[in-house]
Amino acid sequence: MLRYTIHRLLLTIPVLVGISVVVFLIMALIPGDPATAILGAFATPENTTKLRAELGLDRPLIEQYFTWASNLLSGNFGRSYALNRPVLDELLERLGPTLLLAGSAMCVCVLLGLISGLLAAVKQYTWVDQGLTLFTLIGISAPAFWLGLMAVSLFTVQLGWLPASGMYTPYGDESLGDLLVHLVMPAITLGLVASSVIARLTRTSMLEQLRQDYVRTARAKGERETAAVIKHAFRNALVGLIPVLGLQAGFVLGGAVYIETVFQWPGIGRMLVNAISTRDILLVQGGVMIVATIYVLFNLLADLIQHALDPRIQQSHG
Amino acid sequence: MVEKTTPALEFWQRLNRNRLSTVGLLMLGLIFALCLITPWLPLPDPDVTDLANRLKTPLTSNHWLGTDELGRDLLSRLLWGTRVSLVVGFVATLAAALVGSLIGLVAGYFQGWIDSGLMRGVDTLMAFPYMLLALAIVAAFGPGLLNALFAIAIVNVPFFARTVRGATISLVQQEFVLAARIGGASHFGVLGRELLPNILPVIVVTISTTAGWMILETAGLSFLGLGAQPPTADLGSMLGEGRKLLFTAPHVSTLPGLVILILVISLNLLGDGVRDVLDPRLRGGALRSPQPRTEVLSTELSSSQVRSTGKLVVRNLTTELLQQGQAKPLLRNVDFELRPGECLGLVGESGCGKSVTALSLAALAASPPLQITSGTVELDGEDILRLPLRLLQDIRGKRVSYIFQDPLATLNPVLTIGEQLIQVIRRHQSLTSKASCAEALSLLSKVRIPSPETRMKAYPHQLSGGMRQRVCIAIALANRPEVLIADEPTTALDVTIQAEVLSLLNDLRQTTLENSQTVQRTGLSVLFITHDLGVVSTICEKVAVMYAGQIVEFGETQSILESPEHPYTQALLACTLRLGANHKVLGGIPGTPPPPGGYPSGCGFNTRCNSATSICQEPVNLIQLPSGRQVRCVLKQDANA
Repeated sequence: MLRYTIHRLLLTIPVLVGISVVVFLIMALIPGDPATAILGAFATPENTTKLRAELGLDRPLIEQYFTWASNLLSGNFGRSYALNRPVLDELLERLGPTLLLAGSAMCVCVLLGLISGLLAAVKQYTWVDQGLTLFTLIGISAPAFWLGLMAVSLFTVQLGWLPASGMYTPYGDESLGDLLVHLVMPAITLGLVASSVIARLTRTSMLEQLRQDYVRTARAKGERETAAVIKHAFRNALVGLIPVLGLQAGFVLGGAVYIETVFQWPGIGRMLVNAISTRDILLVQGGVMIVATIYVLFNLLADLIQHALDPRIQQSHG
Repeated sequence: MVEKTTPALEFWQRLNRNRLSTVGLLMLGLIFALCLITPWLPLPDPDVTDLANRLKTPLTSNHWLGTDELGRDLLSRLLWGTRVSLVVGFVATLAAALVGSLIGLVAGYFQGWIDSGLMRGVDTLMAFPYMLLALAIVAAFGPGLLNALFAIAIVNVPFFARTVRGATISLVQQEFVLAARIGGASHFGVLGRELLPNILPVIVVTISTTAGWMILETAGLSFLGLGAQPPTADLGSMLGEGRKLLFTAPHVSTLPGLVILILVISLNLLGDGVRDVLDPRLRGGALRSPQPRTEVLSTELSSSQVRSTGKLVVRNLTTELLQQGQAKPLLRNVDFELRPGECLGLVGESGCGKSVTALSLAALAASPPLQITSGTVELDGEDILRLPLRLLQDIRGKRVSYIFQDPLATLNPVLTIGEQLIQVIRRHQSLTSKASCAEALSLLSKVRIPSPETRMKAYPHQLSGGMRQRVCIAIALANRPEVLIADEPTTALDVTIQAEVLSLLNDLRQTTLENSQTVQRTGLSVLFITHDLGVVSTICEKVAVMYAGQIVEFGETQSILESPEHPYTQALLACTLRLGANHKVLGGIPGTPPPPGGYPSGCGFNTRCNSATSICQEPVNLIQLPSGRQVRCVLKQDANA
């Protein structure tokens, strides 16, 4: 396991390099001149040349990349023009809220997705199954941001139970309770939408496992049905579902952009949207880099868990 | 007019069989039609502002769905917005499909460095959360509908590339492609003529399952203000504008979202249907999964009129296959009994009902599609088929246990041998975990597994086939069962291993027989299912021969092998190779066993029997011969009479 972990950790390095190349290229290949874009109305030929030299834009692309990448490694993400502060400071400040939101949404997604998929499979073709199928169909078909708005109009406007936006009540005591009250709606909305895919896949996978011979063996051993379903079928289904859960982290991190916008959550997603409209390129680069790295780490985690759960892969990796 | 079934027609017919996808198709058709005729509908101009009539609620006169904050008619705006969303969504989907499929085709066809180069790029794009990548692209090109379209298309390219590459690789190795290549077709010709037509269904399935996503994603970018820019409006940007009015005029944001929801639901319903038709492997569990026990239809009471000394008495057992509303019998009134300590062989060709018999005994036959329509299975005089599930579960694995054919499939792949063995011990005996572990170890050594301590921690795939089957035997014997049902336990094994496992089974049976005399318990009774008459002669005292779901001959092993009475038994024996015999006349039985539901009337064997006459069309019962043999053949009845 340790050897595999190290092996897998080393494998993430080329992935991160690839990601950084893509992020760099997208920004470097911007049509027009970033310097002009940054300067906007203040762009005079002299200003532009000065800024180009400052940004290193007059040097070859490959050199620019290495400068940029080595700066990243030393924690220098550059300076945000719109906010007039180091990009890293801004990112670190917003990382916590995003991780909190995405993490809670993932918990909702995993719990809800696995349980409802399991239920639907066991109760196949009953009203439970059909109800859940309809529910997940809406889940995969509805825009997450719209569901968020609908939640606000129900729980805030109509019922007045939950606050509509922010992470804390303004000028409040910033207590844990206050945080949780603010977290409930965005986390559940995001998790609910993400769970639909998991629920569908869990159902399909469970139905396939329930037909396998080893489930019949479990029944032939006299196992209670709950044990046959959970200990045997579900345990096997889970092995195949773990990587999907890792991929779903990508959906959650992407969806966080909408949800943070709808609920005014002070995370990286909302920052990115603002940075794009102000064309704050270094901030966008930094934000995308950080979130993509988190996603890579999520997938790493999923891989390690799957590795621990599935003895068959362990052998092939030696 | 002659009706022709073209592939396209067949596709529509099969698609329409899925009612939900028909609903999706109709909804989508309706939306398309509305969008097409929008310019000719008597609607106000979507962009004309009318501040006097702002924020009207739905169902006000002149404005069915109300107005937005500039007094623009919402219905008109929704229809025009849907047009934009549809066009952008579909163009993005087609673009992604085109580029992605091309990459996948080329990578899968040429392989080598082209493949690894292309796929490394694709994998790198997939390492991003894809909404984020779309944002980054929009950030670079600047907000705008066309840029949003680009972004969404690019983000979805890897998905198509991967799927198509996988399908291409599996096709490239197939014979017709190889033949075309050897035949000198150009790369372009092979790609276009041989591969593309076969890959097309894969592409269509991928399109149909991603189109919904693409619409959602473009709507998302517009919602964030990065897609459609005023005055152009798509559903997403309308929703984004309406968001500010959530507290005062919720309908302005509710309605566009509802339209997106309906649009994407119909796309997804249609997509699921298309996928089921074109790629049946992906069909999400259309078959019902087997229930904990076989469904037993009749409520007949135990046939107490015949007191039997049998350990396991099977009476009139009839099991049917329920397929497309039709019940096809697989077993027809199967009768036999297993005495204490006896080993009964059940033989016959594949498909004559041996395994179904075995599984029906403890109600383990997969149900649906199987169901037991009549008959009883009595264990010490108690009908176990109709016991409540919990009591039946107490019998399974304790008093009646099973060994199945394929030991790899029947063991749980993600649990260790030890875990699986201890599970069955602790399920039926109240032992501490330490005691059950010791018990498991002694069982493993009893089935002659070397170094059982290390094997306990092994997973099924780490053992050889013979070892796995020994583990299955250990599991079956763990709770000292009274009846052991072995369903072709040696068929999946190599010949040498077969012999070892057989001698193990035989030895274990002998030891339980010896033990039984001292402990005063009845010995282990075995039902041994096989198609190998050689195996039968080594370990079975009695034989039941099955054909077309019926027992056609029953008697002592020795006498049946020496003088078979039923024509089928005779034919089976004629196929068996005997040492020292003349090999020239080793022949099979002409024809194949009848399929379920196609059993002939009268004697099941009458279609393949050389001695069949018209009288064989009449139903025939098992006839008791003076020798004690039972035979289901009219000819023997006559000879007997």
